Amino acid sequence: MTSILEVRDLCVSIGRGDGRFTAVDGISFSVNAGDAFGIVGESGSGKSLTLRAIMALLPTSAHLDSGAVLVEGEELATAGHAARVQRRARIAMVFQDPLSALNPVRTIGDQVAEVPRRVLKRSRTESRRRAIELLGLVGVPDPARRFDAYPHELSGGMRQRVAIAMALAAEPAILLCDEPTTALDVTVQAQVLDLIDKLRVELDLAVVFVSHDLGVVRELCQDVAVMYAGRFAETGPTSDLLGRPRHPYTLGLLRAVVDLDDQVGTLRPIGGTLPDPLHLPSGCAFHPRCPLATAECRTNVPPLIHLDVASSSDASSRASACFHHDLVEAP
Amino acid sequence: MSTPAPTAETVEREEFTLARPNGFWRRARHSPAFIAGAIITTLLVLIAIFAPWISPYSPDHQDLYNILSGFSSKHLLGTDQLGRDELSRLLWASRTDLQVGVIAVIFPFCFGTLMGTLTGYFGGWFDAVVMRVVDVVIAFPFYVFVIGLVFVVGEGTKGIYIAFAVVDWVVYARAVRSTTLVVRESDYVAAARGGGLSHARVIFRHVLPNTITQAVVYVMNDIVLAIVAVVTLGYIGLGIQPPTPDWGTMISDGQPFLTTHWELATLPGIAVVLVGLGLSLLGDGLADVLRPGS
Repeated sequence: MTSILEVRDLCVSIGRGDGRFTAVDGISFSVNAGDAFGIVGESGSGKSLTLRAIMALLPTSAHLDSGAVLVEGEELATAGHAARVQRRARIAMVFQDPLSALNPVRTIGDQVAEVPRRVLKRSRTESRRRAIELLGLVGVPDPARRFDAYPHELSGGMRQRVAIAMALAAEPAILLCDEPTTALDVTVQAQVLDLIDKLRVELDLAVVFVSHDLGVVRELCQDVAVMYAGRFAETGPTSDLLGRPRHPYTLGLLRAVVDLDDQVGTLRPIGGTLPDPLHLPSGCAFHPRCPLATAECRTNVPPLIHLDVASSSDASSRASACFHHDLVEAP
Repeated sequence: MSTPAPTAETVEREEFTLARPNGFWRRARHSPAFIAGAIITTLLVLIAIFAPWISPYSPDHQDLYNILSGFSSKHLLGTDQLGRDELSRLLWASRTDLQVGVIAVIFPFCFGTLMGTLTGYFGGWFDAVVMRVVDVVIAFPFYVFVIGLVFVVGEGTKGIYIAFAVVDWVVYARAVRSTTLVVRESDYVAAARGGGLSHARVIFRHVLPNTITQAVVYVMNDIVLAIVAVVTLGYIGLGIQPPTPDWGTMISDGQPFLTTHWELATLPGIAVVLVGLGLSLLGDGLADVLRPGS
């Protein structure tokens, strides 16, 4: 089975001169149609930049140093208007903050209909019909009447639904989600996650879902990658990886999760903070915070190597960037 | 230690507020500045339009038996030293001065907004070059430039138009550029670009509607500046030439009679203040009203 989206050795740096640092360092992964791939990490670990780089929508301060994005085996241009033209009917993105993802001075219908009208060159009535259909698809009640509503007249959850409708307007095969539920209430969060999951199944979408919330990723994604300081620390099938972590950072994340069933549970945060990206520690970037760190970790950067995990159903898909992956305890 | 279950208050209801069309007028009704400014400005514009029909005399008609008449039933606001009806001249002058003010800012508004948008959106060497030009223009004193121009292109309104075209666009360019820099990085612009829309479409449908507010608000104040400029030039004799009625010329003509006939210099001055007040209030009001969702 060939993957619909393949990302190879993506490197993104930020700033220039002395202030320049590598924010995304050699990220590679692939996603099949109908599958969801999660990327989990702390704020500033490079998750969002990875998505932006795939979309060829890097902010002006960021620069793509290397890397290739392949859709259905075809390599896409990485920058410029041509790159976005290549992506328009293939990859779409849903942003973190639904308020800022919609233009405040234009009606939601107008914005959803814009891509069908201007990019797919449909007629005016056809575009309008398509926009109403999309709004209905994402669960906006009474879409024909909501067509003329402005973003500020909608709740956060509704805005995010509209943003998803907008992303789906060009009928993409791949949907990139940049923490689409972070700005929402917990109950609304669940509804939006259900929606994304439903759309993935119905439209056979390949979803790349970025989040700092392990619970969200556990529910939504078949495969997951844990990201730390611009690199993947560990990748694998979600249940397998979360049930039997092979990187001390993953273990730390799991132990820091609030367990509502545990009456006397105390949080066990990971000591220290995310390193300053300008002065990353030598060797493994996690070693100053790692209980398993040895001299080797301080000098050598551990490569992401495939593991031969006996308990895993799909052993070849597990990979860890830790020299001591066999020493990591169960959570 | 247990975490409390979410209460009813923390559960967001996914409901729409009722769609309110005409948000502009709804907000406008609640802005005293907008209402006051709109009333004053509308009145002044109506006066300017209907001046030929509402003024009792022709502005050039000289009633030489009735010079410096003072307030009277025949000449409500008196006559000047040539026997011309003060009221008629005031009304006709509003026509001249408002027209000059509006025409003078059209080019700076359009060109400055365009430059600000393009530099802010694309950045790079184009931005660098245009912004250095802006710095140079801003460093140059406006009135020195205008007076210098008058000697090149002659007296009258032409100098004002050219001077405003050359100097004034930088204000719009700077203001619009700074908001464009913010809007450019917003998610909805990223979404629009990611959707594969052309640069022109992204600029005119997604960026400009969010940045032009500032320019629109400023244009109100800018008309006042243009009128003050033409009045100032008229006052020092380099602006609109007689016999065309103009508040600046009227002020300077009336000045020698200030002790006996104060109205000749004061009333055109009050007219200028009224225009300034009306447009400034309108500008402030627009700033409040033109922000949907806030």
